[in-house]
Amino acid sequence: MAYFEVTNITKSFGKTEVLRGIDFSMEQGEVVAIIGSSGSGKTTLLRCLNFLETADTGSITIDGTAVFDATTFPSMKDADIRNMRLHFGLVFQSFNLFPQYTVLENVTLAPMLRAKEGKPDKAALKEKAEQIKSEALSLIAKVGLSEKISSYPCELSGGQQQRVAIARALALSPEILCFDEPTSALDPELTGEVLKVIRDLKSDGRTMIVVTHEMEFAKNVADKIIFMADGVIEEMGTPEQVFDHPVSPVTQAFLSKSLESF
Amino acid sequence: MSFWEITRELIEGLGYTCVIFFVTLAAALPLGLLITFASRSKFAPLKLLTRGFVWIIRGTPLMLQIIFFDLGPGLLANALNKAFDWNLNLAVRSQWQHLMMVCIAFTINYACYFSEIYRGGIQGVPQGQHEAAAVLGMTKSQTFSKVIFLQVVKRIVAPMSNEIITLVKDTALASVVISVDMFTVAKHIVNQQVILWPIFYAGVFYLIFNGVLTILLGKLEKKLDYFKV
Repeated sequence: MAYFEVTNITKSFGKTEVLRGIDFSMEQGEVVAIIGSSGSGKTTLLRCLNFLETADTGSITIDGTAVFDATTFPSMKDADIRNMRLHFGLVFQSFNLFPQYTVLENVTLAPMLRAKEGKPDKAALKEKAEQIKSEALSLIAKVGLSEKISSYPCELSGGQQQRVAIARALALSPEILCFDEPTSALDPELTGEVLKVIRDLKSDGRTMIVVTHEMEFAKNVADKIIFMADGVIEEMGTPEQVFDHPVSPVTQAFLSKSLESF
Repeated sequence: MSFWEITRELIEGLGYTCVIFFVTLAAALPLGLLITFASRSKFAPLKLLTRGFVWIIRGTPLMLQIIFFDLGPGLLANALNKAFDWNLNLAVRSQWQHLMMVCIAFTINYACYFSEIYRGGIQGVPQGQHEAAAVLGMTKSQTFSKVIFLQVVKRIVAPMSNEIITLVKDTALASVVISVDMFTVAKHIVNQQVILWPIFYAGVFYLIFNGVLTILLGKLEKKLDYFKV
């Protein structure tokens, strides 16, 4: 059994079937890139994995443990859903940093709130806070923003904000980090710094799922490419297979269109 | 009456005006938030009831509401006494009781206006903020208190300032049932002494009151300038 398995995920909004049975799996440390045209269901799939949408059917397992099962989901408690979410991190297209907090606070907020929940005594909490802070500082250093820890999001460029968002998502040590078109809202000259961070994370052995329009990046960084069209996985394989020898005519048409720009 | 006597009487009236103002503000700010939550409730009857109530309060004159709350208890007691042969006495009599009913009317009226401002402020916070908090495993209440609330405050400072300044001036409406607030005192002096200027003199007090408020609210706005929403 693979480390991460997604089985038969479907999702409809009203009468519109957005996902029509998605199955895929990945191993620990793998990077999967999901490509496809707008409206193909890529983002919805990612949102289902992060429980921002609830899939109508299907199941998700990590390391053999079921983290989602559509049949039992309705009876789950809020607390369980929250814990389930922590298996995944999500980096948004529009960053969604908390504007009233500094870079450091953005990264430490959620871990601090979790630390306080167990109602630990003062000394334990203080120790935990120190630990959270030092972990946050090293994550911020990792995305190259150590000199910006006291800045507010409005003082940062888009690329810097997105790097903070990555550090924030990592602060809860998710098993799988998801990216929803992380560079689509950025000026072209700022995409590089974000993609570099993702590359670095790959060399650290992070398991990641990246929805992207950056074909070059997908080709160079991903271990596996998933091409989605019309709510199904049209083609899946190594970058060589999908980019150089696509089997499906739909994939061929999509690739010839999106590679035209290169 | 000398200038100083009139000044003294107006300042005494200002005290009551301040009571109405501060009691209303202190009670309507949190009550408005409750009304906002109720009007956004997923429980349809509560939502409809709240929105209907807000509609009535915002759609009728405040002066009418003051009269309603002032006379309402007495009329209600009368009707009940007639219907059940009871002997209730709820009529509002003392000056303090009148003042209390005025405060209740003001509080309910302003809470409804505040609730609409809060609602706009809450709805204005991008969905992405809620989603970012959710994927970080925050609860709904943590999300509201730690992420959403301050952004709402920042969004509503300007419209709230407007309402608060209007409240200062609206306190003059209390004169319909009480005779101790500054405006009523001024009107009384005008009628009694057959001189006009005390009413304009009272206007200066309102102006200074609002001037101080404008400065304070401006400071709050500036304090929240460190981030953008």
